[in-house]
Amino acid sequence: MVKELERAGLPTVHICTIVPISKTVGANRIVPAVAIPHPLGNPELSKEEEKALRRKIIGRALEALQTDIDTQTVFEWQ
Amino acid sequence: MLKVVHYINQFFGQIGGEDKADTPPLVKEGPVGPGLALQQALGDQGKVVATIICGDSYFNEHVDEALAEILGMVEQYQPDLFVAGPAFFAGRYGIACATVCKAVQEKFGIPVVTGMYPENPGVDLCKKDVYVIKTGDSAAQMKDAVTKMVKLALKLVNKEEVGSPEEEGYIPRGIRKNYFAQERGSKRAVDMLVKKLKGEPYTTELPMPEFDRVPPAPAVKDISKALVALVTSGGIVPKGNPDHIESSSASKFGKYDLEGIEALSPETHQTAHGGYDPVYANEDPNRVLPVDVMRELEKEGKIGKLHRYYYATVGNGTPVAKAQQYGQAIAKELKDAGVQAVILTST
Repeated sequence: MVKELERAGLPTVHICTIVPISKTVGANRIVPAVAIPHPLGNPELSKEEEKALRRKIIGRALEALQTDIDTQTVFEWQ
Repeated sequence: MLKVVHYINQFFGQIGGEDKADTPPLVKEGPVGPGLALQQALGDQGKVVATIICGDSYFNEHVDEALAEILGMVEQYQPDLFVAGPAFFAGRYGIACATVCKAVQEKFGIPVVTGMYPENPGVDLCKKDVYVIKTGDSAAQMKDAVTKMVKLALKLVNKEEVGSPEEEGYIPRGIRKNYFAQERGSKRAVDMLVKKLKGEPYTTELPMPEFDRVPPAPAVKDISKALVALVTSGGIVPKGNPDHIESSSASKFGKYDLEGIEALSPETHQTAHGGYDPVYANEDPNRVLPVDVMRELEKEGKIGKLHRYYYATVGNGTPVAKAQQYGQAIAKELKDAGVQAVILTST
């Protein structure tokens, strides 16, 4: 799906836990996520900390969307 | 007799389903689950001395640690052959089998064999280095898969010549091998052309590699003015799953209204995905589809606007062709709605 969105000319960032799958599939802008059952959260944190974590990941995703790239790029945040 | 070590996931290892997918590697003496079929196919030529079991989520979330532990376990048994899976169409399991097989082959120099459905993402990760027997997409094909895996594995151990992918049933590795053909090239080419003109089936001798890469779309100039949409393969749907999106092999995607919704909640939304432990997503669906943070960013002017609708499907055993079809349909709707950027989340 990521690839079809980009093919249509829509800049798309893929937030996903298993980066090798995202690369194989052909996503261009990739932001690693936290864990498979909770990619944008962490149940071990307090509600506030968890939301801060989610903001951090989305913030990185927004940066990725605003970055011109030539090839598949992983935007780390950890 | 050959010593064989077998790698399987928590499900086939009879530890449990998605709720046990975070199980770290453990080792059991003798065959477990599909190891029984493996032992049967080996007959008196080999013995499954140990089974290494690891949760699919654990492996993929802690690749380096898991791999180190697994290699340590393999080393204890000094096997002559290493077998992983078969993983069929299970993506995380396939990635684990591929990664472990490559590492075992490299570190111990012993033959390794695994089995997967051709669309498993693990295939591309290892097919150049490892023999991957082509399997069906479900465990119903276990016996056939294991039989082929063992046949090929015994050839590798005995250093017998391995036949072509078609003969042995493995996924082509991109290796070219010289052989003496019955007829000269010009005749074979003309025969092929004649068949093609007649509309008859023919087999090329030089299949072209499939490169389907999409060049990156240009960056968004100013995200604080852009209309941004959320899309997910994590199966987040309104409570009750009104479109009945299937928990695996989803036959559709859904389009859902976010008007007036400040954050998702367990009362309003849930996951329909059958490929991961749903507890955390059902407790707080924003963990998969981050509507709460997107609304905050919208209020603060960090993004222009969150698109009124989000799109969701279940990415679990979804054939590539289906995913392409959903992606194209979603892309068209988003473009028509003037969306300028997309955040797609996957579990």
